[in-house]
Amino acid sequence: MIIAEKKPIEEIIDEVKDFNRLLILGCNECVTVCEAGGKKEVEILASALRMYFINKGDEKVITENTLERQCDHEYLEELRSNIDDYDAIVSLACGVGVQFAAEKYLTTPLIPGVNTVCLGANEDRGLWTERCQACGSCVLARTGGICPVSRCAKRVLNGPCGGSTNGKCEISKDVDCAWQLILDRLKALDKMGDYEKIAPIKDWSTDRAGGPRTVTREDVKI
Amino acid sequence: MRLKIPSNFRIIRVPCTGKVDVIHILRAFEKGADGVYVVGCMEGDCHFNEGNFRARKRVEQAAKILDQVGVGGERVKMFNLSAGEGPLFAQFSIEMDNIIRELGPSPIRVAKQKKKDAA
Repeated sequence: MIIAEKKPIEEIIDEVKDFNRLLILGCNECVTVCEAGGKKEVEILASALRMYFINKGDEKVITENTLERQCDHEYLEELRSNIDDYDAIVSLACGVGVQFAAEKYLTTPLIPGVNTVCLGANEDRGLWTERCQACGSCVLARTGGICPVSRCAKRVLNGPCGGSTNGKCEISKDVDCAWQLILDRLKALDKMGDYEKIAPIKDWSTDRAGGPRTVTREDVKI
Repeated sequence: MRLKIPSNFRIIRVPCTGKVDVIHILRAFEKGADGVYVVGCMEGDCHFNEGNFRARKRVEQAAKILDQVGVGGERVKMFNLSAGEGPLFAQFSIEMDNIIRELGPSPIRVAKQKKKDAA
């Protein structure tokens, strides 16, 4: 899922201070699971902002709403009938949701309430770690299901590099060497033969280097 | 036991302190409470294993937010005791009452009162 982190309240306060009627808009998908922008976080942020502005003697109208998704037309359309009731929207969705809402409601300022971090997994309670970089051409079949693109600092495809020591990466003793993990997994799978195969030069045009990406599916278009 | 405790607080019963969320604490302050204290079971004695640990974390989160919005994180506290310790409950209540009296009324309550008086 998409991992996001709450922005500091001070930063949000600074962005919204000039607006009087605010909508705090959450998203029920990824940001709910990573506890950054779901219904609960909407309630907490709205309450915190209300208290801050009451304290400053500048009472604002703060409305709360959480959509099923902010990256789909049908759910964002739910806002259309009362969009004029708000001077600005603080969206707690990932960058996708914020932008999609901004595209849809041209004259309403959109303020992000979270920092979108990565595509990751919930490794432990309170710990989310990156697993995918959306490079657009998956190599996991050849690397024992462990991604050298997102988990190796250098993104080397025929690793490990010389910076790998005792299974750790040279960038930090807390970061596993992705290629060590790949080797361990290939050994466990009894597929060390795959390690000997030289990976061809990767087509990075499917990655961000090729500009913004789109997926078009004629077979599902109506 | 007929213990003497301050009469200026309202007890909100929850099945376990693990049920208490950050928003419950914040709402109390939004409505004008001067302080909130969460009283849970002894650490390690939770019937649901982690309820009181979760509560402690949430109290810390609420305190941080209250600091950020200018209300003051010291107005929210977590205490632990066992169900049979009535005198300790009374002691915690007096302790909390003293803390709040020292801090004075919550700025939210003051601001709300000011607005009411102006109207």
